[in-house]
Amino acid sequence: MNDFYLIYKNLTRKKLRLTLTVFSIFIAFTIFGAVSALKGSLDSGIEMSADNRLVTVNKINFTVSIPYAYVNKIRAMEGVKDVTHANWFGGYYQEPAVQIVSMAVDPTTYFDVYNELVVPDEQMQRWQSNQTGMLVGARLAKVYGWKVGDRVPISSNIFSQKTGGQTWDFTVDGIFDAEDAKVDTGYMVFHYKYFRETNSYGGDNVGWLVLTTTSSDLNEQVAKSIDEAFANSSAETETSTEKAFNKAFLEQIGNIGLIIFGVVFMAFFTILVVVGNTMVLAIRERTNEIAVLKTLGFTSARIFKMVLIESLLLAFIGGLLGLGAAKLIVAAMSDQLARFLPNIAVGTDVIIQALLYMALLGLITGIAPAINALRLNIVTAFSRG
Amino acid sequence: MTTEHLFDLQKVAKRFVKGKDSITIFDNLDLSINKGDFVAIMGPSGSGKTTLLNLLGGVDQPTEGEISFDGQRIDKLSENLLAKWRANNVGYIFQFYNLMPMLNAARNVELPLLLTNLSSSERKQSVATALELVGLADRAKHMPSELSGGQQQRVAIARAVVSDPKLLLCDEPTGDLDRATADEILKMLQLLNREFGKTIIMVTHDPSAAKYANRTLHLDKGKFVDRELAA
Repeated sequence: MNDFYLIYKNLTRKKLRLTLTVFSIFIAFTIFGAVSALKGSLDSGIEMSADNRLVTVNKINFTVSIPYAYVNKIRAMEGVKDVTHANWFGGYYQEPAVQIVSMAVDPTTYFDVYNELVVPDEQMQRWQSNQTGMLVGARLAKVYGWKVGDRVPISSNIFSQKTGGQTWDFTVDGIFDAEDAKVDTGYMVFHYKYFRETNSYGGDNVGWLVLTTTSSDLNEQVAKSIDEAFANSSAETETSTEKAFNKAFLEQIGNIGLIIFGVVFMAFFTILVVVGNTMVLAIRERTNEIAVLKTLGFTSARIFKMVLIESLLLAFIGGLLGLGAAKLIVAAMSDQLARFLPNIAVGTDVIIQALLYMALLGLITGIAPAINALRLNIVTAFSRG
Repeated sequence: MTTEHLFDLQKVAKRFVKGKDSITIFDNLDLSINKGDFVAIMGPSGSGKTTLLNLLGGVDQPTEGEISFDGQRIDKLSENLLAKWRANNVGYIFQFYNLMPMLNAARNVELPLLLTNLSSSERKQSVATALELVGLADRAKHMPSELSGGQQQRVAIARAVVSDPKLLLCDEPTGDLDRATADEILKMLQLLNREFGKTIIMVTHDPSAAKYANRTLHLDKGKFVDRELAA
């Protein structure tokens, strides 16, 4: 027997109370783990944005297209390195509910601008020369089991073909991936030309432009030049850095950070009250036993430490179980969520944060009963008993 | 003070402050207890028996005066040093046993040994010996709730003697037991006094219990009624 055995026996002496307390901590950390993973996934787009990449959209809003002619005009501007364009296709696979992030892009420039994406040369050449080909992101290909050479029909919930019908046939010409696992590869791209020639409406327009500058120092100047060049035209533009664009896009849903903080704060505040109350009661019930230990010669500091460790253990048992559950839930759902939430996972940063919260929870809920135990006067305790 | 004395109390006073009032429990109390004594302290409720026991056991400190144990002043020791002194020198036996309900008999007996440097196997050996001494070797794995009152008190005695202290302090050790069981416990204390040389100080209301002691002190309103017995 040692002090740890005493702590363990005290912790487990009331099984139902232990189970309920651990369960409340478990729930809080499951919520924390899952919600933080969601935030991490949403933020990864912002995090992975290149410093020198800008996005130009129609000033009205990003769903209104801009003339294709802008591409070459912007390409000729000072400070611009590469320019590409994309159109939102609104694709789905077999069922409208099975949405596929799909875009019509310029095959010759898209991967110059998104140079973090990697495609084998041979696959790239095949795709560039095949107008009905598509390149599929590695994660999307994994979800549906698509391989190079597969013929895949993708329908659009926005566009229809000139010949009627809303389904386009594609051949998987290649699979693109990225060295950094945080880069989203949960989408597919295909030829803008194929889209424009077969699409029943839309004309010679593109959805948005993405460009890189020769130096991120020039971002502001280039963005200003672009927007000034098209001011007072029928399609005015708004240019911002990719990071700012992605952030603004996410904020349409709401302030994710604030929502997450609210949920986590409520969960933690509730368990703080529950666990704190439980610990105070548990130690008060043991007043006589603590007095006996002190009488036997256990020092106040040693008893203080034992109570605090008990509280920390409680927080870590519930917290680690909760975090483990969050990890399992997120891992089990990551494939289903992959289309909307790329790279969703309970990452190391979330685990470290959770461990800190567990320690904090244990300390906050344990400090008051530990101090009570520390200050407990033997004579007073026995006279109360 | 002679080396024969285990305890020497000189002009000990103990006062409590309750609101604006100061309550005096003792004033100018002198007492010597010899090594190997079995002392019974008797007296009516509120006479100061338990307070005296607390002072002797180092769980409380006097307001004034000196308390020496085996030549060492204990009345001025810090809380930490007093805790160590208690662990090294005193075994306690309470009226209501005060065993840890979540530990079995052997683990309860082992508790004071956690404050020593003994190895796990040495502790086990000491626990077995102590339980053997009180006749409960076969109940080592039993929880306190599975033992009778007399058995629980015997476990408490084993816990008190396991670290081989010089002094045993007993606060109404038979107050919760029937006559026959009380006699068993008292015989056990007498054995510890006679055969193992333990100095025992026992607070009791029970004159039959006091008969097992070789010296009886009567306290009333904070004073020894029979001064010859106290000296």
